[in-house]
Amino acid sequence: MSILIDGSTRVILQGFTGDKATFHAKEMIAYGTTLVGGVTPGKGGTTHIGLPVFNTVKDAVRETGATATGILVPGPFAADAIMEAADAGLQLIVAITDGIPAQDMMRVKRYLKRYQRERRSTLIGPNCAGVISPGKAMIGIMPGHIYKEGRVGIVGRSGTLGYEAAAQMAALGIGVSTSVGIGGDPINGSSFLDILERFEQDSETDAVLMIGEIGGPQEAEAAQWVSQNMSKPVVGYVAGLSAPTGRRMGHAGAIISAFGDSAAEKAEIMRSSGLAVAPSPSELGSTMAQVLARTGRSTPAVA
Amino acid sequence: MDIHEYQAKELLSNFGVPVPRGNVAYTPDQAVYCAREIGGNRWVLKAQIHSGGRGQAGGVRVCGSEHEVHAAASELLGARLVTKQTGPQGKLVQRLYVEAAVPIAKELYIGFVLDRRSERVCVVATPEGGMEIEEIAAQSPESLLRVVIEPAVGMQAFQARELCFGLGIEAAQLPDATRAVLGAYRAFRDLDATMVEINPLAVTVDGRVLALDAKMTFDDNALFRRPTVRELRDYTEEDPREAEASKHGLNYVGLDGEIGCIVNGAGLAMATMDMIKLAGAEPANFLDVGGGASPERVAAAFRIVLGDPRVKVVLVNIFAGINRCDWIAQGVVHAAREQHISIPIVARLAGTNVEEGRRILRESGLSIITADTLADAAQKAVDALHSVTGGPARLNGAVPGAPTLAGAAR
Repeated sequence: MSILIDGSTRVILQGFTGDKATFHAKEMIAYGTTLVGGVTPGKGGTTHIGLPVFNTVKDAVRETGATATGILVPGPFAADAIMEAADAGLQLIVAITDGIPAQDMMRVKRYLKRYQRERRSTLIGPNCAGVISPGKAMIGIMPGHIYKEGRVGIVGRSGTLGYEAAAQMAALGIGVSTSVGIGGDPINGSSFLDILERFEQDSETDAVLMIGEIGGPQEAEAAQWVSQNMSKPVVGYVAGLSAPTGRRMGHAGAIISAFGDSAAEKAEIMRSSGLAVAPSPSELGSTMAQVLARTGRSTPAVA
Repeated sequence: MDIHEYQAKELLSNFGVPVPRGNVAYTPDQAVYCAREIGGNRWVLKAQIHSGGRGQAGGVRVCGSEHEVHAAASELLGARLVTKQTGPQGKLVQRLYVEAAVPIAKELYIGFVLDRRSERVCVVATPEGGMEIEEIAAQSPESLLRVVIEPAVGMQAFQARELCFGLGIEAAQLPDATRAVLGAYRAFRDLDATMVEINPLAVTVDGRVLALDAKMTFDDNALFRRPTVRELRDYTEEDPREAEASKHGLNYVGLDGEIGCIVNGAGLAMATMDMIKLAGAEPANFLDVGGGASPERVAAAFRIVLGDPRVKVVLVNIFAGINRCDWIAQGVVHAAREQHISIPIVARLAGTNVEEGRRILRESGLSIITADTLADAAQKAVDALHSVTGGPARLNGAVPGAPTLAGAAR
């Protein structure tokens, strides 16, 4: 199976009745996601777009058997919502929300560790586009139609650059097993490494495209892990070649503030760790096609 | 968000960090008045701008008389201070901080940062204060002390003591020094800072512990719950275009190139800048229009990008997920008409409602250059730039592909 979600995953949304959540809930249902309800404190007992609304995540889990949630609660309240989901025992928490204070995320990550590993939630995001297993389901805000079903995993910080990659691959006949947006914040739930581990285990993924950006140590850590532990080929790219030092490029975490933060340094670490680095962001698809052809994995025929 | 030194000192002193007596002056006469009020016969005048390296740039003056205070203040106020962080244009000095000069026995460095590796608050300290931490880290990394703070319980007294002993603080100063360290930590935690730096934390000849310089940076995402911090924002220290952009929900960073960029999503915006660079030109800016961009927001983006006189070409690159291409296209057409844009616009639309968006551009009657892919868009923008500036012509259909790019990436 794909990683994290498929068509049978029972999903709720927190912040369900807001305008944005409503829009995306409909998109998710249309794509095939098994959305079973949502949570908006104070609106429990009502229905919204034909689905039950609950006051608490525990109520929702008890009544619907949900195992995954999408967080669309505004930034100031999102950390609380994530912890509530973790406490209710949800296996997967996809936090789309941006603008969560860094110290809130620090506490969230500490909080998630209070549960035994077996029942600990996997947090994706925040400040991300979400997770999509093409042809099966999505928890997120991506345009589902651009993804082709297939056997390449995508993990990246940026939503739109992830769409770009999926579209480039689709144009070359390459499909995606699962695409995971880990988000642009300095402190996030799952790292590149966490997701790569899952792709390595996944029998339906043959290769992985990893799209990083300036700032932070995660790309380098992941690249080093790949060189020692990963049997599947990984194509990398790091956005922000022309970003000046000390300036935040939109994402809270996209800032060159320490040694090893720049795009050139990270790309070099990827290269020296054996990843195939795409020479430009317009060659994410073609680099993957070359790698698939070279390694004899699922060489796609252009439709 | 950054604040001034004097503001950081006031915040820190509220948390029990001892600082020298001081006051802010906006005129030379006020500076003299401040010096008189502080008392003593030696003062330090410090230019208040959002930048490090003020000392080396001549922005810190030690004065031994009121006459000297007046003279130094006259020189500094209204001048542009060029430090290694400000760029060649420097920053205008509009306020001074006047402080009692203290005789220093020992200068220490202590900094609190949000460490991305441990995902915790990390304290970095060294007995070699007064220098830039980057220099110390490069020259004598073994002198750096590091303490990682457990977020559930916060910094403990023993951690502060260990740091102080590690810094060579003597028993007589230990209580004051640990109080200062713990106070700075609490300020970091309770005000949602992302960085607190005291450099130097001084031990004076008469045995006092004092924060002689202080720098604080705050988490923009947490300003909603920190009204006292929010009030300290000095808009004159910010790029006016960036401030204007943030009012419209746009994320803008001004750069030095000639191709203005309007993109959705931070990652795609960076990738678009990368493509421009790889195609042989420089981006004029980073700009993320964000999710759900309305035609109005797109129009505002054009105004801000075109406010930069260096911009010769505008490249619009939208991969719509939450966004809708038809809205973006309406915004582009509206802006082009309303703002009488005469420079070339290259637009690449993809994703939600793309056909409708392309139709709007096509039927607008405007000479908007359309592109299908990222590479195509970057190449067309660079070609348009060269046709405007008479720069190097490229071979027809030369896609920024293998030879140039592989070379640049190596």
